This record gives sequence, C-alpha cells and structure tokens, in this order.
Amino acid sequence: MALFGYIPRNSQVHRLTGATKLIFTLALSIAAMITFDTRFIAFVIALSIILFAISKVRLSELKAVLVFITIFLVINNVAIFLFAPEHGVMIYGTRHELLRISGRYALTYEQLFYQLNVTLKYFAIVPVALIFFLTTEPGEFASSLNTIKVHYKIAFAVSLAMRYIPDVQRSFREISQAQQARGVDISKKASLKARVGGILTILFPLVFSSLDKIEMISNAMELRGFGRLKRRTWYSARAFSKWDFAVITVSLLCVGLSVLTLIVNGGRFYNPFTNPF
Amino acid sequence: MNEPLIEFSNFTFKYRAQKKPTLTDISLRIFKGEKILIAGPSGSGKSTLGSCLNGLIPFNNPGTITGELLIGGKKPESVFSLGVSVGTVLQDTDAQFVGLSSGEDIAFSLENLAVTQNEMKKRVQKAAKLVEASGYLTHSPQRLSGGQKQRVSMAGVLIDNAPILLFDEPLAALDPLTGKYATALIDEIARDTGCTIIIIEHRLEDVLWKHIDRVIVLDNGRIIADAPPDEIVVSEKLDKIGLRRPLYVTALERAGVSVMPGSNPGRIETLRLSNGDKEKLRLWAKAVTQPPFENASKSETSKNKEEPPEKEAQENTPLLDIKNVGFTYDETGTAALRDVSFKLYPGEMTAIVGANGAGKSTLAKLIVGFETESAGTICYNGEDMSDFTIPERAERIGYVMQNPNQMICKPMIFDEVALGLRVRGFPESEVAERVERVLDVCGLSRFVKWPISALSYGQKKRVTIADALVLNPQIIILDEPTAGQDYKHYTDIMEFLAQLNCRGVTVLLITHDMHLCLEYAKRAIVFSDGRLVADRQTYELLSDPALAKKASLRETSLYELARLCGIDDAKVLIKAYLSGFGADNTAGRGI
Repeated sequence: MALFGYIPRNSQVHRLTGATKLIFTLALSIAAMITFDTRFIAFVIALSIILFAISKVRLSELKAVLVFITIFLVINNVAIFLFAPEHGVMIYGTRHELLRISGRYALTYEQLFYQLNVTLKYFAIVPVALIFFLTTEPGEFASSLNTIKVHYKIAFAVSLAMRYIPDVQRSFREISQAQQARGVDISKKASLKARVGGILTILFPLVFSSLDKIEMISNAMELRGFGRLKRRTWYSARAFSKWDFAVITVSLLCVGLSVLTLIVNGGRFYNPFTNPF
Repeated sequence: MNEPLIEFSNFTFKYRAQKKPTLTDISLRIFKGEKILIAGPSGSGKSTLGSCLNGLIPFNNPGTITGELLIGGKKPESVFSLGVSVGTVLQDTDAQFVGLSSGEDIAFSLENLAVTQNEMKKRVQKAAKLVEASGYLTHSPQRLSGGQKQRVSMAGVLIDNAPILLFDEPLAALDPLTGKYATALIDEIARDTGCTIIIIEHRLEDVLWKHIDRVIVLDNGRIIADAPPDEIVVSEKLDKIGLRRPLYVTALERAGVSVMPGSNPGRIETLRLSNGDKEKLRLWAKAVTQPPFENASKSETSKNKEEPPEKEAQENTPLLDIKNVGFTYDETGTAALRDVSFKLYPGEMTAIVGANGAGKSTLAKLIVGFETESAGTICYNGEDMSDFTIPERAERIGYVMQNPNQMICKPMIFDEVALGLRVRGFPESEVAERVERVLDVCGLSRFVKWPISALSYGQKKRVTIADALVLNPQIIILDEPTAGQDYKHYTDIMEFLAQLNCRGVTVLLITHDMHLCLEYAKRAIVFSDGRLVADRQTYELLSDPALAKKASLRETSLYELARLCGIDDAKVLIKAYLSGFGADNTAGRGI
C-alpha cells in the first residue's frame, strides 16, 4: 500500500508556511464551491496545475488517491444523472436535447454542461488539497493551525495523528501477515463473511497495540512538560516571507473574483445557453 | 552532612487497582551527584519506583501512599511542578519520539515552556553536541538507528537542565554493542553535567561496565540490598531473586575462586586476582575442557550440534536450504539481503545474529513467505517453496513475532490457539484435542479457560508459540524471543524452547542477545549489512572479537577474564563456562 503523507522536497511550494497553504487551500475551495462559472473554475484549475508543477510532486506518487477519486467522480456523475436528469434544464431554463434514452431519461446539452461544471470543480479543488497534504510537514502544520488561533493541544493532536499514520499502516501490514500465516484469508478468494472475520482478527491486535502506544506517548509527552503552559512555541515554525503574503493575497483575490462572478452572472450559474458566447 | 536530594522515608505505594502494595516500606536517600543503579526482576517494583520519582505516580497513576517522598526537600505536587525536576528517558525510545525530526524532538520540552525559537535552536545544538547527535538533527525518526534514537531522547531530556536524570531500562531496546555505547554515554553525561543519575535496569553486567556508586536491589517491592557494586556482584541474594551476576564472577566461582568485595569485582577493569586464583581458573578451564568435550552437549539430543555444519551435508537432507537468496525493496531499490546461502538440519537450535537492519528479520520474512525473494531459492525438505502460499508455509514453519500483542487476536486462550485449526476447517473434536495437547506442551493447561488479558507478558509469549505449534510445524522461527525479559522469564522461555528442541522441533532464533546465543544455540549465523559473514559454532564467534563486533555483539567479559588470567585461547574458558552452564540447567529449571 502506498503511503500517503508528507513528501519532503525542495520546492517553492514546500517553502511556504503551512498557514499560507492552509489559507490558500481553504480560500480556493470556497471560491470554487461558491460559483459554477465555468470560466472561473477553469482559471482555478490552471492555477492548481501550475502549483502542482512547482511543487515537484510526481503524479505517480498520487496514483492510489487519484484512482479512488476518479471512481468517486464517476459514481457521483452517474448518480446525478439517475436522480436528476433534468437538473441542467431546470438551472439554465432551456432544453436542447441531444439523445433520447427512454422514459424520463434524455441527454441534454444543459445537463451535460451542468455535470461538466461539477466535474471541473473536482479538478479544481482536489489537486490543491493534495498538494497541501503532501508538501506540509505535520509539525509545521500544527504550528500553522496554532497561528490561526486553533488551540495548540488540538493542533498538536492533528499533527501527531499525521505523524503516526505510517506507523499504523506498518503495524497493520505486520499483523495481517502474521494472521495470514495462521491461515486467516483476507484475499479476494475468501467469501465475504470469511474476509470480514479475517479483518476483525487483524483489528483486534491493532487496536490493542495502538492503545498501549497511546498511553506511552501521552506519558512521555507529559513528562516533557506538554500542557504545562497556556501557550507554547514551535521549533519548526517559519516566519512569513514575501511569497507567503503574495499567495495569501492571491487567495483572497480568488474569493473576491468568485463573489464577483455571482454578481456578473446574477446567480451561481454562468449560462451560455441564453447569452451565447 | 549535606542534605539528600531524594529521600524516601517508610514509603509504601499501592495502585488503585491492586490489592497489595507494589512498593513496601522504602527508605532510601540519594545525594547530589550520585550515580545509582536500581536493579530487580520484573514485577519487583523498580519501574514503579521510577514513576514515583518523575511524578507519573501518583498524578497519572493514582493509588495510596503512606510514608513520605521528598525531592529537593519538597513534596512533589504534580508531574510538572516538581520543585527540582527529574528528566526521564523512557524505555521505548521509538514510541516516545514525538517530533518529526530529531531537532524538533529534542526541542519538545522547550516548546512546552514557550521558549523563543532562536533560543531553542541554540540550545538544541548544544544538547545535540553533548550526546554527539549533531549530525542528524534534520533526520526523521524512521531514518535513525536504535542507538541514534536513544541519543536524541537523551538530548531531549538534557536540554531541560534537570539536575536528576532517570533512565528507565535504557538498554532494553538496544543490541549489545549499542548498549555498551549507551552505558558509556550515560557515564560521560554524568561527568559533563554533574547530574544525579538513576538507572533502572535488570541487565546488571551491562550497566556495571562503567562506574556506579551504589546498586539498590528491589524484590517484591522491598529494598533487599543497597551497596556498592563490589559487594553486590558477590551477593548470593542476586541468584535467589533471579538476577544474573556478571559472567566473570560466575566463572570464577565455578572455578572455586572465592570472590570477595575487597578484590573489586564490581567491574572487570578493576578486578584484582591473586596469582593463585588465576592459576585456579586456568586449571579449571583446562580440566573441564579436556577432550572428549562431552559436558557441553550432554543435555542435547542431536549429534549435529557438535559438528561443524559442513560435515553433515553428506549425511542428511537439510530441512531448510537457502540458496543464493537476495532481496531488494521495490520502493527504494535498496538491497536488504545479498547472496545468502545456508542449510538448516533437523533438530538444530541455531541463532541468527547481527545488528539491527543487517537483514535478519528480512530473511525470516522470506522464509515464511511474507516477502518474496528477488533472487535465489528457498527449499524445504528438498522441495522448492516458491509456489507455497503463506498458510501452506505456516504448516511447515511456524513464525513467532517479537511482540505477542501484535499476534493475539482472540480474547480467550483456547480460541486463540484454536484459530489456526478452525480456519483450516478441522472438526471441532480434533481441534480440542490438538489445542489441549499443545497447551500442555507449553505449560498453559491450567489456563485453558482463562482470558488472555489475565496473562503475563511471558505467558502471552508462550501462547503465541502455541499458536504456531498447533499447526505441527517442523521448524519454528522466533524473532527476539527474550526481548525485554528479565533473567528469570528469559530462562523460562529459553528452557521451554530447549525442551521443544529436544522433542525434535528445529528452532531458529533471531536475536542480538549474546547470552542467549552463547548458552542455548550451538551454531550462529552472522549477518552484517545484508550478507552472511560467518556461520560457525557460537563459542568460536564469541571468542573472535572482530567477528563479534561485526555481529553487533559485545565481546563477553569471559574474554577479558581469559586475558586477565593469562589464558591465551579465550575459547577454552568460554567452553568451560558453557559446560558448567549445561549441567546446571538440565536440573529441570523452568516450566
């Protein structure tokens, strides 16, 4: 199983502070969620592709996640069409039929355009979120959360969780191998019931060994004074550079631009059917 | 007279969940600048005593206290607000690593004190320099070796400038050679900082290798001895409570030399022997090892063990035949094993030794099929195993992981051991019969109806061995079977394995415990850097300092004793020692 987490590299994106990246990710997600304006979403996609290139993250490192998201995307699209085949027509107020299927189902340009926008939104938001996770060091991320006024205990808990994901994955692997040696089959060959049972025999030791570990860590942290004061400082905190300010400015501009499209389009949707381009 | 820094007066502590007190009537004074070793078998209360010092008791683990504990003249008020702080290095340095990099981890306690970043960076540098960890401040924990992790942990405690440093079983997770360095490092820290040092450990000899002022021995929650090492190592009390005395002391006593505190036996470096005593040892070693050298093997069943492995090749089919095996990790492309070949014969009890990361565990994973070799073949009884699935291999080769908590998956002992048979579809009557038989062999019959949670660590370990044995494998592979066990439990487990071995099960031990190797395995296969670098009789390995170092084993103190007494060939002394050991143990200790 590919590990999904921070990949240290030397890129301009990595050098931004976690707070900046978090603000950028949130701002872009909000901006892309507010509006269905195809032109604006295309702009956001362009922005995230550029960012991806700068971050030096390789596409191959995202394979597992991308496959998962693609499956989800397909399911989402099929579901929209099954449950609301005329939603596009309702939104854009016109009906240009492309293909009659049967009963209430027909393919319209409006529906296609609507679903295209939904799909594009995925492409706008997902890469930005992935880049955020892959280029932000958990410790630094905790300090960033703390800068934006999240309590440091919560911030630290989040970063500790991120820090232990690879460990848990490794234990899972070891335990599952040991159980397979005893004959527990969790492969596709086994029946569903046997597989569920098999997974349970792995979870039992995993949960118990993790609980042991949690107690150990919390004692270790307390012995070293965690929680002693109302505030704490961060060894890996980074000062904002001019790049950070630039990126935050761009983030805010994006949100502004997104709101602007609402006014220009007189609603969330950009309608090419009534005002042809 | 100056005031004690730590003072226990008639101190008794009982955990809330327990009926009897864990510590009873402890009276103990520790002065500034002292270097103290607290020793005792598992369950003697030594870790509890440590927790009282750093405040985990009673603030995180509540219970009842009678009597008094003063640290720096004050009563502890909370884990944080100890008037004089106690810096603690916990046993498992791996699990307590909270930082994403060494530097961040070292800085942790300063972060909690809201020290500015600039100041932190400076102090991290300084602390890292003190423990020689400056070279890997930016490395992530995964990239550090066990010894490096421990240095980082030490730096993380030193940075606080605590006047008292508490080390809780600092050697438990380290191989012998790294453990030796760790002991030396603690000694240096003591000298550089002038801190009061308290070490909790049951591996006496490994700690006493460097200077210690006083040893405090606990048993059943009471202090049974409080004396300088010179007196402690000759005390018969240690044998009674199952603590192991240094090998050289035992060897001298076997030879009929009476070791007195006056000859400074606390450390082998300070040991003084009269010429008469040296002569006694020489004569003893010679007498015991006069050919025919039978004593050492008289408790064993198989004749293979005495002969070098090559000779057997013509007589027997090997049970396991590893041919030119190599393994490379896909993700990183690094080779973990290169061109490894050896044969394992029926009835052997063999140790695979080497530093952490030398490829020992990787080899075990290839044999049981968790990973697939990238080169070479592994044959079982002459049959190529490459088409065997993991469950199929498990019926031939049992594998026991280091941590039993990672293997046990049922709440009841019977169900736990029965699992392997039930998933294979055996009828319930046969399951019951086989499980009972195996529990009997493992000395667990009394516990058939018990929940797992009621068992001790050592008993859990035996349950996992039963898990593997119930499938009737010919070979059983154990990964660090004695890690973290005190001498008594360790002997129990090893005696049990020796008995299994006598019943015809071939045993392969993966270990870096030198004593285990020395006393139980006749043959040792040494790995270093992914290669097999030696395959020979254990006593030969341990009397070859260069090779022992390669295997990350510490040269045994018997080697130094041989030098001290003018025995040219250390092998003779080691053999002599082993023969005495064999005789002792067949007396039926253990299960």
